[in-house]
Amino acid sequence: MTALTAKVTEPAPLPPPDADAPKRRGVELTLLAGAVLISVLGHSYVALTGGPTPSPTPTPLTSTPHYAAALSLTALLAHLAVRLRAPYADPLLLPIAVLLNGLGLVLIQRLDLATPGEAGAGTQLRWSALGVALFVLVVVVLRDHRVLQRYAYLSVTAALALMLVPVFFPAVNGAHIWIRFAGLSFQPGEFAKILLAVFFAAYLAANRTALALTGRRLFWRLRLLPGRVLGPILAIWLLSVGLLVLERDLGTSLLFFGLFVIMLFTATGRIGWIAIGLLLAAFGAYAVGTFEPHVHSRVDDWLNPFASIERGEGPGQLAQSLFAFAAGGLLGAGLGHGQSFLIGFAAKSDFVLATAGEELGLVGLTAILLLYGLLVSRGFRAGLALRDPFGRLLATGLASIVALQVFVIAGGVTGLIPLTGMAMPFLAQGGSSVVTNWIIVALLVRLSDSARRPRPPAEGAA
Amino acid sequence: MIRYIRWCAYFCALLLLALLVNVARVQVWEAAAYGANPANKRPVIARYAEPRGDILVDGKPVTGSRDSGQLLRYERTYADGPLYAPVTGFSSQTYGTSFVERAEDAILAGTDPGLSAFPLWYELSRGRPGGGDAATTIRAALQTAAYRGLGGKRGAVAALEPATGRILALVSSPSYDPGLLSGTGTRVKAAWERLNADPTRPMLNRALRETYPPGSTFKIVTAAAALDAGVVTDADAPTQTPDPYPLPGTDTLLPNAGTGCEDASMAEAVRWSCNTVMAKIGVRVGLRRMVAAAERFGFNDGGLRVPSWVSRSDFDTDMSLDQLALSSIGQFNTKATPLQMAMVAAAVANGGEVRTPYLVDRTTQEDGSPVRRADQRTLSRAMSPSTALRMQELMVSVVEDGTGRNAAIPGAVVGGKTGTAQHGVGNAGTPYAWFISWARAEDAPQAAVAVAVVVEDAVADRRGISGNSAAAPIARAVMEAALSARPRRR
Repeated sequence: MTALTAKVTEPAPLPPPDADAPKRRGVELTLLAGAVLISVLGHSYVALTGGPTPSPTPTPLTSTPHYAAALSLTALLAHLAVRLRAPYADPLLLPIAVLLNGLGLVLIQRLDLATPGEAGAGTQLRWSALGVALFVLVVVVLRDHRVLQRYAYLSVTAALALMLVPVFFPAVNGAHIWIRFAGLSFQPGEFAKILLAVFFAAYLAANRTALALTGRRLFWRLRLLPGRVLGPILAIWLLSVGLLVLERDLGTSLLFFGLFVIMLFTATGRIGWIAIGLLLAAFGAYAVGTFEPHVHSRVDDWLNPFASIERGEGPGQLAQSLFAFAAGGLLGAGLGHGQSFLIGFAAKSDFVLATAGEELGLVGLTAILLLYGLLVSRGFRAGLALRDPFGRLLATGLASIVALQVFVIAGGVTGLIPLTGMAMPFLAQGGSSVVTNWIIVALLVRLSDSARRPRPPAEGAA
Repeated sequence: MIRYIRWCAYFCALLLLALLVNVARVQVWEAAAYGANPANKRPVIARYAEPRGDILVDGKPVTGSRDSGQLLRYERTYADGPLYAPVTGFSSQTYGTSFVERAEDAILAGTDPGLSAFPLWYELSRGRPGGGDAATTIRAALQTAAYRGLGGKRGAVAALEPATGRILALVSSPSYDPGLLSGTGTRVKAAWERLNADPTRPMLNRALRETYPPGSTFKIVTAAAALDAGVVTDADAPTQTPDPYPLPGTDTLLPNAGTGCEDASMAEAVRWSCNTVMAKIGVRVGLRRMVAAAERFGFNDGGLRVPSWVSRSDFDTDMSLDQLALSSIGQFNTKATPLQMAMVAAAVANGGEVRTPYLVDRTTQEDGSPVRRADQRTLSRAMSPSTALRMQELMVSVVEDGTGRNAAIPGAVVGGKTGTAQHGVGNAGTPYAWFISWARAEDAPQAAVAVAVVVEDAVADRRGISGNSAAAPIARAVMEAALSARPRRR
């Protein structure tokens, strides 16, 4: 089967929506109300039953009424923006984002109670509000996602610049991924991933025919991709490996590489090249894992999370995380009744899922993971329903970013794969992360609106 | 491209599936193993999350709990720590528990299933019952009298209620404050190291865990054995014993501390504590019957729990006749805990029946509703009732006109026996002063208390050391406290 015949047998896209397709904004509003209600109930439960130590006096931003008001207001504003500017958008995207963000705030608030003096919920709420503001801005300003295609090279330039800047800032916890400025700190790599997705989508949409069909045949079905077309993308790939070494940020490198492979595959359908890319990546990861001490120790921790206990140094972060998950069991200890703060300094950020696992149990954790699954699947759905290659690739890329992030960090804290620093989308403490994820959801809302919007008869007949 | 987007979606679904399977593995399959990992602090945190139940004396707590605000939240406090340390032991977040704190840990920590009528409720509500209380049999008046009597001198006091086996006082001196060991941190570590390095061994529970040669107090056992065995039928008959008495099969002569022991009767021998006569009687009773008699009193039993374990008191089972002669007057390898000697006195006072001593009367839930009550049991019958009656007369004569006059209490019938135990290489150590006794009010049918007192470092002229001068006044103070305190019956 050649790529040409593959095109012929490709299944038909989703049927075009009817002219009077339902907008389902009421469904979205109802789901939003449910998401806000669940979050507020969780918040008040934590506030009432407290942590293991006497709860500190709630600050204005973290008391339940303020939390409820802030969450309701931002959810309502986001809903209004969608209702007015993206009326056909998928009604599940926004409620899932609000629910995850709300739950994340509850978990951070809960951990604040156990670690007086390191309050993070208020800051996280401010960042979330900023994220929703940007969500509204994107939905309102970006009327058609295809506009982004024009800014592909601007995007990649900005992305590279953002990724390079932290090299000039001091390392935090062994990784050069932070910019600290005027008391604020953020991870530019978080924003770069959207820009990279835009660039990949635009570039691959423009060159996918060349990538899929041209190139010198090597043997059997393998053909060397044309260097002129592949060059820029290879450069980006190499850059991601370079970043790994320079910034010691295994997570983001893994994410960029995964994004690159997935989007290349989606654009060309060439599984052989993916396999070769994966082999190269595995080789690179092995080399880095062996020679880079920071990465090497992560791999050691993964292979034997209890080694530090055997050495008499007490449990490390990963061991504490596994203890937390195990303590949760099937039903969990109940919000506020776990001891996940034992994990230490990254409990609210990288390890926030351990708190969910301990206090909500396997049942609650499964629900959260399924929420992510639903969010990702709605992204792919938008990709499937879209007509333009750029939109399809962008939706696939954005959905994949969320899925890969969830897998990399959730797999890391549960011992499935070596731990790499990365934020659980919406759930984890981290300003740049929550803002970025709101922008991703905004783009998905825009894309799904385009996908589900009934086409004018003239365009539909074309 | 549609097909490839689908494949990507399947791939992401696969990642999600892998996550779910792995999470289920950690939270269900591995949960028990991770939970049991000694480095996992959760069980300890849960253990100290609630205030610990209290240990009660006379119905009032002698322990408490303090909210430390630390990870291991509630720390133990002790009212009158040194006074009750041999009873309560310590409850330390660093060094664990001892004595009643250890024996009743499940009740005090709230983990005992008996604390909850509906254990399932706590499973569902994810809570757990508060710690229950353990009410001891100790009576504050006796405990205080004994502790004050010892006055910081090295020694111990054990007091029993003969009819029931309730332990009324359990004192070890010098003592320590178990509150120093509560909690965590360098302060606790320093206290632990200091207490363990202290040459006076304040953490040693001398009443339950230290054994001493019982000396002449053991003559009560020998006399009872002789009467029961029919070796002596008339306690007032002369025994034709020379003074000094040559130990059988050796050239060694056993002397007496005082005079008037030559050819004395057993009654006189008990009253004046004649070594020669009692050694000879022990030899006549014979090894087998002496061992049997000692074991009926509780010797050679390593399994006694009150509910803390008690050190085994020894009476050798394989001895030559000269060794038996020495053992019959509480020397050679004979060793006894103060509690054991209190049981000897109690056996005499209780008509020959030895009641199993116990320290925890009952355990209750937080709100006072009962969980368990101690059952009073007979450990053994040490002697026949008639022998016991005769022994009571002999012991009363010791106090009335014998070596134990310092224990006499006006208006009460008091029986006692002094002891001065030689020990150390060549008997070079300061002898231990012993006194065992019992007392009943003149109009009472039963003895109220049996006491054993041992003083290790009685500061006195060496010849002047005797149970009468150093130990008997302490026993008297304890007996007076027992007689004057209102009878506590539930």
